[in-house]
Amino acid sequence: MSAARTEAALWAAQRVTALLLAGFVLVHLATMIYAVRAGLSAQALLARTHSSAAWPAFYALFVLAAAIHGAIGLRTVAAEWLGWRGRGADAAAAAAGLALAVLGLRAVWAVTA
Amino acid sequence: MMRRARNHPAWWAFLVHRLSGVALALFLPAHFLALGTALQGEARLDAFLRWTEQPAVIAAEWGLVVLLAAHMAGGLRLLALELLPWREWQKALAAAAAGFAIFAGLVFALAR
Repeated sequence: MSAARTEAALWAAQRVTALLLAGFVLVHLATMIYAVRAGLSAQALLARTHSSAAWPAFYALFVLAAAIHGAIGLRTVAAEWLGWRGRGADAAAAAAGLALAVLGLRAVWAVTA
Repeated sequence: MMRRARNHPAWWAFLVHRLSGVALALFLPAHFLALGTALQGEARLDAFLRWTEQPAVIAAEWGLVVLLAAHMAGGLRLLALELLPWREWQKALAAAAAGFAIFAGLVFALAR
């Protein structure tokens, strides 16, 4: 893929994940406010996350969208604020995205499995 | 010239969006590791949740909720500017994003 096409693909991926994340974050904010209002405990948290198969699916998609969005965002910040561009920066951003995805999916597994 | 640009609401909206994004990216691994404590059992997760009841941690949580709401609302503002013909609404969108972040923060603070 040419550099211009790569940039265009990353631009589009950043916007598509942003739209998905807007919905996920609204649900997350509402859930957080409900959870702290009801009294935050492991028992209540795990009861909620085990209550429906929709929760693991929701959180897994949330994690993957956040990992992609975060990696592309960090790559942009590295280029514009640190002047760090090229293969090294791309590899670091990809590693950050992969680490977020792995840690995030592990957390989803921990509270839903 | 630079000073004038920095007095513009759009510059502040850009700065808040960028700083909140970096802060959220740095916070996420800690958030995931904290939830991962459930792998060692419900009691371990509960011990962590008890730790979060300190006033300083609650204040930090509140800050993160505001940053998350600000990044989301600021991101929707950017998408509207890029994808919709609404450019003259720029200041109103920045104000709406800031308003949403403060609203979410207040609701969370009252609930906590």
